[in-house]
Amino acid sequence: MKDNVSIIGSAHTSVNHDSAVKHVTGQADYTDDIALPQGALHAYLGVSDVAHAKLLGIDFSDVLATPGVVGVLTADDVPGANDISPTHLNDEPVFPTDAIQFHGQPLFAVIAETRDIARRAAERANIEYETLPHALDPITAQKAGYPHVTAPLKLERGDVAPAQAAAPNRIKGRMSVGGQDHMYLEGHIAFAIPGEDDDVVVHCSTQHPSEAQHMVAHVLGVPSNAVVVNVRRMGGGFGGKESQMNLFCAVAAMAAKKWNRAVKIRPDRDQDMTATGKRHDFVIDYDVAFDDEGRIQAVEGSFAARCGFSADLSGPVTDRALFHADNAYFYPNVRLNSRPMKTNTVSNTAFRGFGGPQGVIAAERMIEEIAYATGQDPLDVRKANFYGTKDRNVTPYHQEVEDCILDRLVGELEETSEYRQRRQDIIAFNKTSPVLKKGIALTPVKFGISFTATWYNQAGALVHVYNDGSIHLNHGGTEMGQGLNTKVAQVVAEAFQVDFNRIKITKTTTEKVPNTSATAASSGTDLNGMAALNAVEQIKERLVKFASETWSVSPEEVVFHANQVHIGQDVLAFDAFIKQAYLARVQLSAAGFYKTPKIHWDRAKGQGRPFYYFAYGASCSEVTIDTLTGEYRVDRTDLLHDVGRSLNPVLDKGQVEGAFIQGMGWLTTEELWWDDAGRLRTHAPSTYKIPLASDRPRIFNVNLADWSENRELTIKRSKAVGEPPFMLGISVFEALSMAVASVADYRECPRLDAPATPERVLMAVARLQAGS
Amino acid sequence: MTHRTDIRFVLNGRDVSVANVSADQTLLDFLRLDRRLTGTKEGCAEGDCGACTVLVGRLGDAGLTYAPVNACIRFLASVDGCHVVTVEHLSGPDGRLHPVQQAMVDHHGSQCGFCTPGFVMALYALWMQTPKPTEVQVETALQGNLCRCTGYEPIIRAAIAVRRYGTPASDHLNTERETMTARLAALKDGRRVVSGPENNLSILPSSVDDLAECLQAYPNATIVAGATDVGLWVTKFLRDIGPAIFTGHLEDLKTVERQGSLLLIGAGASYTDCQDLLSEHLPHLSSYWDRIAGWQVRNLGTVGGNIANGSPIGDTPPVLIALGAEITLRRGSERRTLPLADFFIDYGKQDRLPDEFVESIRVPLPRPDDLDAAYKISKRRDEDISSVAAGLHMSVTDGIISDVRIAFGGMAATPKRASTAEAALNGQPWARESFEAAAEALAEDFSPLTDWRASSDYRMLTAQNLLRRFFLENDHATDTPVQLTCA
Repeated sequence: MKDNVSIIGSAHTSVNHDSAVKHVTGQADYTDDIALPQGALHAYLGVSDVAHAKLLGIDFSDVLATPGVVGVLTADDVPGANDISPTHLNDEPVFPTDAIQFHGQPLFAVIAETRDIARRAAERANIEYETLPHALDPITAQKAGYPHVTAPLKLERGDVAPAQAAAPNRIKGRMSVGGQDHMYLEGHIAFAIPGEDDDVVVHCSTQHPSEAQHMVAHVLGVPSNAVVVNVRRMGGGFGGKESQMNLFCAVAAMAAKKWNRAVKIRPDRDQDMTATGKRHDFVIDYDVAFDDEGRIQAVEGSFAARCGFSADLSGPVTDRALFHADNAYFYPNVRLNSRPMKTNTVSNTAFRGFGGPQGVIAAERMIEEIAYATGQDPLDVRKANFYGTKDRNVTPYHQEVEDCILDRLVGELEETSEYRQRRQDIIAFNKTSPVLKKGIALTPVKFGISFTATWYNQAGALVHVYNDGSIHLNHGGTEMGQGLNTKVAQVVAEAFQVDFNRIKITKTTTEKVPNTSATAASSGTDLNGMAALNAVEQIKERLVKFASETWSVSPEEVVFHANQVHIGQDVLAFDAFIKQAYLARVQLSAAGFYKTPKIHWDRAKGQGRPFYYFAYGASCSEVTIDTLTGEYRVDRTDLLHDVGRSLNPVLDKGQVEGAFIQGMGWLTTEELWWDDAGRLRTHAPSTYKIPLASDRPRIFNVNLADWSENRELTIKRSKAVGEPPFMLGISVFEALSMAVASVADYRECPRLDAPATPERVLMAVARLQAGS
Repeated sequence: MTHRTDIRFVLNGRDVSVANVSADQTLLDFLRLDRRLTGTKEGCAEGDCGACTVLVGRLGDAGLTYAPVNACIRFLASVDGCHVVTVEHLSGPDGRLHPVQQAMVDHHGSQCGFCTPGFVMALYALWMQTPKPTEVQVETALQGNLCRCTGYEPIIRAAIAVRRYGTPASDHLNTERETMTARLAALKDGRRVVSGPENNLSILPSSVDDLAECLQAYPNATIVAGATDVGLWVTKFLRDIGPAIFTGHLEDLKTVERQGSLLLIGAGASYTDCQDLLSEHLPHLSSYWDRIAGWQVRNLGTVGGNIANGSPIGDTPPVLIALGAEITLRRGSERRTLPLADFFIDYGKQDRLPDEFVESIRVPLPRPDDLDAAYKISKRRDEDISSVAAGLHMSVTDGIISDVRIAFGGMAATPKRASTAEAALNGQPWARESFEAAAEALAEDFSPLTDWRASSDYRMLTAQNLLRRFFLENDHATDTPVQLTCA
């Protein structure tokens, strides 16, 4: 019966991003592009200009005297709870009442006829305060006796002290790892339209519509059913719009209800970067014990993070740093502690990898230490410590690694990148090149997939088939460029066996799918794809029942294939069949649901199976540095990454390439720099430097491990792809480190801190030259 | 002749006349808010991300030329007489995608899509100018465009592939070139334009002589050339700039030519306007010039403005001082000329009277045996403000160094000569030791600041190492490369 005819845009094919044409023509609407209703107002935040102070009062007379100003919103105007803390610790007010906790903290909002008026007027408030001493970084905060913003985590396995005592080698060190701004091209924005009774509709750019909905309800003091949050698409998220949009949604909604007019709030880039959280900076103290072959015997690590003034997502972020402090390596004895430090800085938040990269880079630093101490190629040290498949396969959180494919994956990359030969060539080059020095590194990544907050691992979808055969798809995930909507639509197209373009992908709205999880933790496709498939299967089951009864055939004889439905010997076009089903009163709509199986986590014990599976990857980078200035260039990078059985190879490859460059940026030129007064001085692209096209590796070979298939029953055996390849950027950092090490004949670990700006590279070169 | 009070230009296909244009009204806000042409995005409002890239066609001595610019920091008044092209104007009347757009779609050049219209516009401009670019040419054209999703690889692939999708000759900006030239010519009425409210006037002089008159009439006016700095005074610092006198349209201020043994650069010439002549006569500036800002900013920013604003971290003063450049200032009909180095008095203080303006820069051409170099150190190689910039010039005759001029940016409150280091080299033999002594002497010349771009220690060490690099590069005993190239 089956022939060669197939549908357009099925799973595992390279379908274009569904908005691609709209992107290139400028017709894709972002929140700021929505036409405003009559009488719409604009809000702008007024912020603090001190890092830590007692707030005594604010005089708004000059603000209110400004023509065009409608009013101000302060903590006094919050009708419900003055709290937008996503973890409900009640430590993050919309606006503070008595304490200023960081430079740039939003204190109030001005509402005016135009954004320009609101923005200018916000500068005119007279803020009275009494300054207090501040602590900007986690070490200063520890010394000043600052508290943790949330409970720390300890992971422990084996017996550390005897293992340390018995090991022939032991190295202790400290590494500082900088944070990172998301620098999504579209900044934060929310636009609220008041409705009748308690109702309000908020259009915004959030990765977590349900949380925004619940926060707005909480702040307004109304039930969640009064609030609708809509997200058509984001101009980038990267974690920066998981919890951080709550503030803007709350302000827009409060103002909309107070003045009964639509209100839009859009900070400028500088305010976006100073008033919203970023990737956590870490100071990591490590203590690694190892044998003479470089096999790790024991690891002890303390991970102090700059969390900012409130918890936000710092608990799970610092937890995940510990979950990934092993990266790909088996630690026979291990003890890891997190130190989520309160600081007088903006409250740090989710960012692609969610603390994982900071854990992984600590593991790679320890590998480097061992390699330089034992005089080995770091790749050999890595391989000697990889997780085994039968033994040596238990993580510090007591989950068994069941699916490790690193031996094969790293082996392949080692071959295709010609790592060994190039390393020899580079060592030879460095001997004769006086100024320019090269380095090469091949680094692996293993990344755990699932939210560690177990209840987040659920999703819903709503699928309608209209009686003309067209399909309307809605799910709880949000589209921020990653192609989630495209992939989920491919799953639906394949399940119904209809062409992709028959499916209308609509905005994410809390009205259609309730209680959704953030589109985060790389989980969007895994969760929402499954939920959508579940909805389709419910509809199909009804359709099969209808067909088998009506045509008097067995259910097995009803087959959906290539825009047709085969029923026994009959063949109907899909839409003709749907019309018949409709006339026969078959329900053509279903809500789907999915929850990830197998996972559990006992945080108090530090034991469980927090991750459903792991995704793997490896990268090999070669760099050249200039030892007179610290400038560098990435000469070549080869990537091999595991996405299981790819749902859409071209979109997955796009994620891998983009994540690598973003990870490289984190470790090279992206530097967050605060002055002594606590002001972030790198707060816009003029001062905060993300990679440009010309920073790409001069040769860039990117491949998916097309032989890989998820051993767990995920959607079509694919694997999550958003975060894991971010850590492939570490190969650039390690290659820079090797180039630096060459000036002291590789006898000493350069202990580069991140980001390795040209300045850090040059200063490390100078330090090693002076020491040798 | 009475002044004109409206700003006239062509927006995509339509003639536009806007009355009462205040000095600080940006082109981006006009497009997005007044015309709801929302394809042009605001990403940073400081000319660094390129999401707002539009093309502006200008009728100049070379005919009608289109250049990509940042609408966010371009003031509306400054597009008087121009053709403004936004992303909405790209697809043909039949709605088909433009070759650049189709290539971007086919190569998966967009993910979140927010930066995409800006990339499309920059690539459109590149394709019209260089239909078959190399990868490095693409990268140079995209220095002013940030993408946070794709990692750029698919965008580069699209840019290289556009050649297969169509030829610029059949693009409508080219097929309609004659008509558009006539339409823009018709807008040039030779009148001074004075628009906007009394406290926020936009003034467009009709000529350089009229500029001198306007400045006498409004001595406290802000002179706005490319607005790549003044734009940020408005978008970032909310400063009032009115009355503002715009000069970007004055063709007679854009002269760039060789006059015997020197190059004459009109103060209104953009970095792009200067590029070919500089590369021809001062090849050491060629790659340096490519690292000044991004393409969009190079199309607007002027050498005159880079000097006149007195920034200690401007890219052009150190290299021009090292070449021995002079500038001519004009006040009414009076002119005076002084060495560029003397123009910078202190931080924020230049030797310029309120009603005076920088008219031209004269750059002496080095003699064949002179050694010249221009170095820029920045956190990110391209589109970054320098941590340290350096210009070096010297002669070596019979192994003895003379005529040394070394100037640094980023090392002091102004662009400044390293006089102690210069003295340490003058009269000394061409030898490593001479440069080591000069490097030591730099510590006498400068006590650099620590800020977010670089620490004091790094600035000093790098500055010293640049002297060492200069020696290594020019010393025939060394033949291994001592500087990274972008290729």
